[in-house]
Amino acid sequence: MDSLRKSVQAIFFFITNGYWGFPVSKTIYQGPLKVICSPGLNCYSCPASTTYCPIGALQQILAGVRLALENGQLFFGLYVVGTIGIIGGFVGRMVCGWACPFGLFQELLHKIPSPKFDVPRGLRFIKYAVLALMVVVLPLLAVDDFGLGSPWFCKYLCPAGTLEAGLPLLALQPSLRQTIGPLFYNKLFFMFVFILWSIPSSRPFCRTTCPLGAFYALFHKVKLVKLRFNEQLCIQCKACHPVCPMGVKFNESPEDMECISCLSCTRACQYGAIELEIGGMPVSSLAKSRKTISAHHS
Amino acid sequence: MGKKSKLKFRKTPLVVITFFLLLSLTGIAFDEPARALEQALQVCLSCIGIG
Repeated sequence: MDSLRKSVQAIFFFITNGYWGFPVSKTIYQGPLKVICSPGLNCYSCPASTTYCPIGALQQILAGVRLALENGQLFFGLYVVGTIGIIGGFVGRMVCGWACPFGLFQELLHKIPSPKFDVPRGLRFIKYAVLALMVVVLPLLAVDDFGLGSPWFCKYLCPAGTLEAGLPLLALQPSLRQTIGPLFYNKLFFMFVFILWSIPSSRPFCRTTCPLGAFYALFHKVKLVKLRFNEQLCIQCKACHPVCPMGVKFNESPEDMECISCLSCTRACQYGAIELEIGGMPVSSLAKSRKTISAHHS
Repeated sequence: MGKKSKLKFRKTPLVVITFFLLLSLTGIAFDEPARALEQALQVCLSCIGIG
């Protein structure tokens, strides 16, 4: 199952970063595919990026909402929020475990041999503040004299942007190096913090800071595809605890908003107490009913 | 014999998905995809910490 998940992560990485002509063109992909939303956090200023980042796009739209209204354009970010809302309604944070390039990057870093330690649980609330303040409130309300806001999360924090866009663009366009200032060093600092932190701790950025993960987490109770806990089959062996990359103790809190449905716990549980469900129907029962139907027809 | 738990299809996800689908369609009606595309085609240097 883990090799399947890694394959899916790799496929999503290459789908959302499918433009490999950038070493020749020296710039980003500028084709029509960029109207499509990337399900995971993937900077659209990355030279290879073929899709738009929902967090970046939402901040940009909110930052320019006043100017748009002055021009008679009703741009409130409904297309972007609607798109990630549809994704959230289907799979929620399963995106983090299966389709986010920055999640994959952190998982690979965590494979580097080193002493391992957990991320303090209390830090998980930071990402909701980041989503509310840096993605919505500040871009919308902290405006300049022209009524234009800033994409605060992209500008001051996003380590994916620095790694996928800032550094590659500096390598491709040497003239940009003259414009490096405190803003860049600040972002470089956050990037190194999360890269170095990912070696001893599993997915620290996803667990503490990612606003997209925070948005998807809001769908935990209402999403279509989720994990199901069967209390009657659980013997409290806690085999699901050490395998969870998000520090969820599934048998104790099966509705934990941190769950990314990576299915590691379903594999670790030998008693079948945890399984995937679609709309309340366990996948195993769906497979059984399919078999029954096909046997009935033959 | 153990009691068999009844499986019931959850309708809430479909309501949520429909709501966000309508939101997205409203955005499309206001021509928001063109705005999203326009932004995604440009490199915002200050957004990535340069400049």
